This record gives sequence, structure tokens and C-alpha cells, in this order.
Amino acid sequence: MSIEVKNLTHIYSENTAFEKKAVDDMNFKINKGEFVGLIGHTGSGKSTLVQHLNGLLKPSSGNVYIDGEEIHTNKKTLRAARQKVGLVFQYPEHQLFETTVYKDVAFGPKNMKLSEEEIDRRVKTALALVGVSQELFEKSPFELSGGQKRRVAIAGVLAMEPEVLVMDEPMAGLDPKGRDEILSQIKTLHEKLNNTIIIVSHSMEDISKITDRILVLDKGKLKYEGTPREVFKNAYELEKIGLMAPQISYLIKALNERCFEIKDDIYTVDEALEEISKLLLGAGEAND
Amino acid sequence: MKLNVTIGKYYPADSILHRLDPRVKLASTFAFIILLFVANDFWGYLLSGVSIFSVMLLSKIPLKFIFKGLRAVIFIILFTVVFNVFFVHGERVLFEFWIVRVTLEGVFTSIRLASRLVMLVLASSVLTLTTSPLQLTDGIEYGLKPLKKIGVPAHEIAMMMTIALRFIPTLMEEVDKISKAQMARGAEFDTGNIIDKAKAMVPLLVPLFISAFTRAEELAMAMEARCYRGDVGRTRMKVLKYTKSDYISSVLMVAFGSAIILIRVLL
Repeated sequence: MSIEVKNLTHIYSENTAFEKKAVDDMNFKINKGEFVGLIGHTGSGKSTLVQHLNGLLKPSSGNVYIDGEEIHTNKKTLRAARQKVGLVFQYPEHQLFETTVYKDVAFGPKNMKLSEEEIDRRVKTALALVGVSQELFEKSPFELSGGQKRRVAIAGVLAMEPEVLVMDEPMAGLDPKGRDEILSQIKTLHEKLNNTIIIVSHSMEDISKITDRILVLDKGKLKYEGTPREVFKNAYELEKIGLMAPQISYLIKALNERCFEIKDDIYTVDEALEEISKLLLGAGEAND
Repeated sequence: MKLNVTIGKYYPADSILHRLDPRVKLASTFAFIILLFVANDFWGYLLSGVSIFSVMLLSKIPLKFIFKGLRAVIFIILFTVVFNVFFVHGERVLFEFWIVRVTLEGVFTSIRLASRLVMLVLASSVLTLTTSPLQLTDGIEYGLKPLKKIGVPAHEIAMMMTIALRFIPTLMEEVDKISKAQMARGAEFDTGNIIDKAKAMVPLLVPLFISAFTRAEELAMAMEARCYRGDVGRTRMKVLKYTKSDYISSVLMVAFGSAIILIRVLL
């Protein structure tokens, strides 16, 4: 299950005074089982891009292929794309509408016309995956707390058992504790299901902790692509396009500018600690 | 899901019409619509047509854009035309077939009614296209003021309209977002029979209502936090003032009205 985007361009309100190019000639490929981060400043085209991945938006030009098949070929391929690629929107809790948590999560599988038993199995698995306990199943989703609502909404997409899970800013608007919870839940999800996950964010810090590969978007174009290590080497360039590398990357850069020689591709605190103490110990030995 | 309605959409441009006082524009449109019903012969319609057309040219809005407003009422107009052509029976028969009888009078009546409707829509389109919603509600509030004495809450009505207009684009955006989110969960809004379609609206309408109520509550709170308490003692940042062009256009409007009435009485 791979997703390939070729020469994708999307223009809003084409041929009017309000014309806006949101995605500009983008090319990339995401392989099965990868955990990819999509980063960009507000208005860089992240949300527009992800809506192409399951065919909610039709490209102005260019193509999106899932397993080598263009998704806009016909109605069947489009429906297949919607099922294979599960999209969790920003603030997904705003889409809750049913009378109980259980029914709301069952909405997706029901639309797929599955059998009762299969729906039941999927709903229970999905809710268990996001850590919603049994006693909440019959509650109204509107009685839940913000974090719980979001997890129920994510379960609503998971219950469709998509092969690729795309999440648009899943941590937006949560407190630090809620952010960490969702983040680690997504990580366990990836480990358990070994599915492909694409996560959209503007926070480098969050993304760098969990993803294998990062795509950096700027003004609708793909600016950088690579492992977090490779991407964060460009800390200052990232800043120019309105993004921040993890703070520790700045510390290392600043130290290196003051004649230290530390590896410049460090982006976690633990690594930095190790490198710096190695350096200090080395310096201590030299002094002796 | 896209709505494409020109009525009630402001088109910013720099023209005399845009700068006119909203009270003058409102009163003139109102008067024009009444006068359309006073006029009942060719000359009256010609004069009205020429006037509304020159006003449209003055507005500096692309004519195509103004005529788009007619699309919303095209069926009403067609219905009127067809109905009158076949059911108004006069003396001079154009042709007769089975029970269908078309007369010259019928054709005339339908042309008259159709042009009356077209001009009516054009006039109100010009009003809303050249007046920003805020100005419009200001004008309406002023127009309703005399009714305050008999207990009509003029200010509150105007405020409600302002808020409603302000939130139309927001809600449209919301509809787009929620319908996409539900489509991602396999919802289909455009398949099946009418009952299926109505049922498919539930996952869209429930979240929409909830967010609308939340927004309303938040807005009310924000307004109260800034000491809003209705009309009492409230002053305005932009006070409406009549200028020279307002007087000129009022005079022109009176002249137009007198001409229409004279045509009706004398001819």
C-alpha cells in the first residue's frame, strides 16, 4: 500500500479574482508502513494536500496514485481510496453527532455496509486502541471531556480500518498532558497495527519525536524531505519559512558557532546530553 | 456543497452608488419597487427600465454579475410567463389548439409581469451589491426607528441581522468542513432517494447546530464582557450623514416617481 503524488497542483477559485494556488507541483512517495510527518507554516498547503490523499479534493492538475492506481479514475477507485486512506480532520471532535459514543464510531463501518458482528468487532477494537473504556460506550459523546471527545472521533476513523491513517493536527487545542497522551497513543497505534501514518503539524518538537521521515512544505511547495536528522540540520532556513527546529538543535548550533565541535544533526535532549558530556569528559582528560 | 446566490452579496467598488447613504438607497429601492406597481403601460416600463439600467451602469459593477441575481428567480419568472400566456384570455386570438388559446393580451400581460419581476430583482440586487451588510442594517435600523414608539425593537432587529449576515460565511465554511469529515467516514450526500438524502443530512446538521449554538453563546459572552446592553445610551463610531450626492439622488428619485405617476394618470 503506497501513496504516490505526481505533479500535484491545486488552485482554489480558479479563473476568478480570488484565485489561490495552495499546492504547487508537488511530487513525493510514501511507502507501506512508513510514519511520515508533514510540516508547514499556516497556509503552506498542508490541509489542502492531505485532502487530496483520499480524493476529497480533485487536483487542478497532476495525479494521486494508491498502489499504482489513479484514484480519480472512476467512482469505484474513489470509494476505495476513501476506505484505504482514513483522514482525521483538524478538531475531529466537531464531527461527532450520534446519541452514543458506540453509535458514532459505528457510523463509518455502517457506511461500508459491513455485517453487524463485523461492525461490533471494529467499534470495540477501535475504541480500545484509543483507550476509551467500556463504560463510556453508551454515553453521549457530548458529555465527554475534550480529550475523550477527540479520541472517540479518531476511533471513528480507525473503525474503518484504513491502511493509511492521515491525521491533520491531531494535537491542536489540547493541553500539554493531552498532547502527550495523543502523541504516545499514535505511536503505540503505529507499533501495534504497523500501518502507514501521515501526521500533519506545525510543531517540529512533536513530529520529530515519532516520525521516520519529514516533508516540509512552504507556500505549496515541497521544501525539504528526509529523516528528522537531515531536516533539522537546516534550523536557520526552517526559521525563515516560519518553522522552529527543536530547541536543542539551536543550542548545538550556537555551541558550534563558539568553536565547539559537536555533531550537527542532533535533535533530542538525550543525544545532546550524551554528546556534550562526551565532549566535556574529553576536555577534562586533555586538561589532566 | 456550494451556494451561488448573488442576492445579498456585497460587491466592493468605488462608485457614487457605493458612497450613497444607505438610508437613501433603501428608501429609493423601496419607492422604486412600489412605483413598478404603479406603472402599467409601455412608457412607464420604458422609463423604469432606462432608470434601473443607468443606475446599474453607475454602480461600476460588471453587468454580468448583476444579472446573475436573476438566476435565483428564473423559475418564478418562467412560471409567471407561461401561466399568463395560456390563461389570460383576451379578444385578439393569436392561435388556438385544442383547449389551449393564446391571445395578444395574454402575451402582453406576461411580458409586463416578467419585466416587472426582472426589474424588481435587479433593483434589490443593486441595493445589496452596492451596500455593505453593515451599512444596510444601519439603514434598516434608522428606517425602523419610528416604529420603536409602538414597541418594535429596531436596534435589536438590526443587530440580529448584522450578526446573522456576519456568520453566513463562517457557517458555510463549517458546512464544508463537516461534510468533508463525514465523507471521509464514508457518508454520501448525493445518492439514494429523497428519504436517504434527508437522513444523510443528520450527520451534517447535528454538528452544525451544536457549533452554531456554541458560537452564539461565546459571542453573547464576548458582547456582554464589552458592556453591550442593547440600544440604551449607545453611540456610533460611524454616524450616518447626508451629503450633496444624497440630496441630488433624492431629488432624482422624486422626479422619477412623479414622472411615473403622471404617466399613469395622464396617458
